[in-house]
Amino acid sequence: MKLLTTSFLTCAVKTCRSSPASFPLHFRDASLEKISIPFNSTFLLNILPRIDWTALQTTAAELGLSAMLPSENPQDALLAAQEAGEGGMDIAEDESKGTGIDEEVLKKLWTLLMETGVVEGKLVCGNCGFEYPVKEGVGNFLLPPHLV
Amino acid sequence: MSRPEDTLPPDLYYNDTTSRQYTRNTRIRQIQADMTDRALELLDLQQPSFILDLGCGSGLSGEILDKAGHTWVGMDISPSMLDVALQRQQQRFEAEDETEDVDVDEDNDNEDDDEDDEDVAMNGHTNGSNAPSGGGGDLFLADMGQGLPFRPGTFDAAISISAIQWLCNVDSTDISNTAEMRLRRFFDTLYSGLKRNSRAVCQFYPKNDVQKSMITKAAIRAGFGAGLLEDDEGTKNAKTYLVLSVGGGDISSAVAGMEGVDVEDGRQIREAMKSGKHKRGKSGGMVVEGSKKWIMEKKEKMRGKGKVVKGDSKYTGRKRRVAF
Repeated sequence: MKLLTTSFLTCAVKTCRSSPASFPLHFRDASLEKISIPFNSTFLLNILPRIDWTALQTTAAELGLSAMLPSENPQDALLAAQEAGEGGMDIAEDESKGTGIDEEVLKKLWTLLMETGVVEGKLVCGNCGFEYPVKEGVGNFLLPPHLV
Repeated sequence: MSRPEDTLPPDLYYNDTTSRQYTRNTRIRQIQADMTDRALELLDLQQPSFILDLGCGSGLSGEILDKAGHTWVGMDISPSMLDVALQRQQQRFEAEDETEDVDVDEDNDNEDDDEDDEDVAMNGHTNGSNAPSGGGGDLFLADMGQGLPFRPGTFDAAISISAIQWLCNVDSTDISNTAEMRLRRFFDTLYSGLKRNSRAVCQFYPKNDVQKSMITKAAIRAGFGAGLLEDDEGTKNAKTYLVLSVGGGDISSAVAGMEGVDVEDGRQIREAMKSGKHKRGKSGGMVVEGSKKWIMEKKEKMRGKGKVVKGDSKYTGRKRRVAF
């Protein structure tokens, strides 16, 4: 299961839906794998604005991968930079390049989000403590009836 | 037509044997592929997207999403189906490695042999380096009727091939697990899990008109704009697609020009209901409990909630004659 996917997962228990502690799910006894997926910047740029950066940082720290992650969402940083320095020339240049984000940073993010996956382990809800097992990269999100 | 939904719950029906048979059957595979292509056409995605595949089974539809360059997340309730999906993914990775080894020399002029790659893809082996290929899929073992465990605004689109009729399959007498409740949890969480201005296309086999309208109403209740599209209507190959849109975009434009489409717009229905309520407020009088008007309004309300309600007839709410 890609880190991209896990960064969108929340606890499925009804009472946890309203609680901020139910996101992100915390990793326990996780073992990782790396698969190679051809780099696709369009998809990455499409998905970047949706990622909750603080949560991703928490996850990366838990897995000991913080080094892979810039301190803030490159897209946010780009927006901030555009607002701060109103140098029209710079922006135009950035737009002509298409992204305006350093390719190196994007490649690193691609490796982290798309190519790094969890094979075995558990995802634990920070609110209710329910454990979702992950086996062979497949997450088990079936709930016992009393929690639905 | 046999309906597996009537025999067993999905996680038991699709056991190891059935799952393998289902995936190996070329006829089923062809139908699934056609329906997935049609669903993708209806979704009309402009760029590589993040797609939720509901009831992904052995990943037949996922492979097509992958070829179209999308990244997907699949959910299914049957462990055996997911097991088959994992094996197939494994096989494809191995096939990919082999083709990559062969193609090393041709990597420089890969734009010229796009056609060749398509041939390779048609044979069931995708070529990772040259063919347009997405980021693959992640699998989940989960029950859609329990709600989807995703953050709001996660997905660009959702597809579901021959799955949501299973939601109406209820094997317990638990009051919180009726077909209505399961549909409601499913559509509510699906609605929030999708991005604004996104679409979901669910192909399903409705058992009868009651079930069809129950599913559509549940979707509208969750806030979707919903349209039903039927291919090959009236034949035994009829395929029903529920096209759902989240916010903004008007579904009428999406299905315009397609034949046999009923558009039921949730917003219009809600507005109509609102204005109806408003009128009653102005006239001031409360409706007498037990009167015909009261009964009709209550039935309408229950229909709005997606409950199964008996049809109206001339006997509905009719005054009884005084016996003595």
